[in-house]
Amino acid sequence: MTKAQVLDVSVWRGGVSGEFVAYRVPRHDNQTVLDVVTYIQRHLDPTLSYRFACRVGVCGSCAMTVNGSPKWTCRTHVERVANGHRLSLSPLRNLPVIKDLVVDMRTFFTKWRRARGYFISAGTREDAFARVRPDSAQRRQADKGIECINCAVCYAACDVVSWKPDYLGPAALNRVWTLINDARDEHRDLHLAAVASDDGCLGCHGQQACLQHCPMGLNPAAGIAGLKRTVALAALRGEL
Amino acid sequence: MNSRLDVWLWMAQRATAFLLVITVTIHLGTMIYVVNDGLSAGQILAHTRGNLFWLSVYGSFVTAAAIHVPIGLRVVLMEWTSIRKDGVNMIALAFAALLAFLGWRAVLGLYA
Repeated sequence: MTKAQVLDVSVWRGGVSGEFVAYRVPRHDNQTVLDVVTYIQRHLDPTLSYRFACRVGVCGSCAMTVNGSPKWTCRTHVERVANGHRLSLSPLRNLPVIKDLVVDMRTFFTKWRRARGYFISAGTREDAFARVRPDSAQRRQADKGIECINCAVCYAACDVVSWKPDYLGPAALNRVWTLINDARDEHRDLHLAAVASDDGCLGCHGQQACLQHCPMGLNPAAGIAGLKRTVALAALRGEL
Repeated sequence: MNSRLDVWLWMAQRATAFLLVITVTIHLGTMIYVVNDGLSAGQILAHTRGNLFWLSVYGSFVTAAAIHVPIGLRVVLMEWTSIRKDGVNMIALAFAALLAFLGWRAVLGLYA
């Protein structure tokens, strides 16, 4: 194979301590980064650990650091990210490494719970469907952030998370913003109380790494800015 | 997790930033005017002594700075050091007191 037909791939092997190991992978048209990792595991080193499920950008499980940037790998084409014929793959930042390209996501999901990033309603299946106007201002705000796939790319991209381990992070806060704007949710006060602190929305510096890297094109930073405004107004009204 | 102190400090920093935009602009404009006009220290003090307008401008300036800066310092210390939050709050409060003392000392020096 000529150099143009080969990718030189450096992959992180090990846990917290480890090293980059070099692999040579055949290059193809329309090849994704996940294809590259899969090739390594199937043909070069079956002990390589990585995570994936749907392969089509829905499940959010295949994210890793590609040439220094957090990305979903199933829909990231090598052509767009390769540095010439070089590719560097490492686990997501800001999360503990379990092995190779696999990180422990527990902190990420625990923070969703801490932020009360879940729907709260006393409604039952006996109740009629809630009627929410799709063109209402609140619904439009919720729609902007609702497509999150929990991939943790924004969490890995966020510098505040790396500086402050207790910071809830963009994904959890974005989720809370969608709930604050969900007319069916009955506990706006609880959601707001959970994020009104230095470790919540007030910790965001607005650097917008989350916006830059979100594979779904969401803007968590805008949602967090909305949370800040809502928290400030609630404080002025004595609701916090 | 809700921290009322966090929320009020965050709002105080935004409010004082707004005040600083106005007072810093007045301060810089004044400095440029004074330098271009070649006023001496004595002439400047003649303008400011007993002048309530300048007392209110510079009093607002130093008060806003004494609130705004320590809140920013507090965030920096929380993000870049391992000092516990109570300790960071005490450092920020001490720094606020120092800035307020030095600032008002200067303002009263212009006014009195």
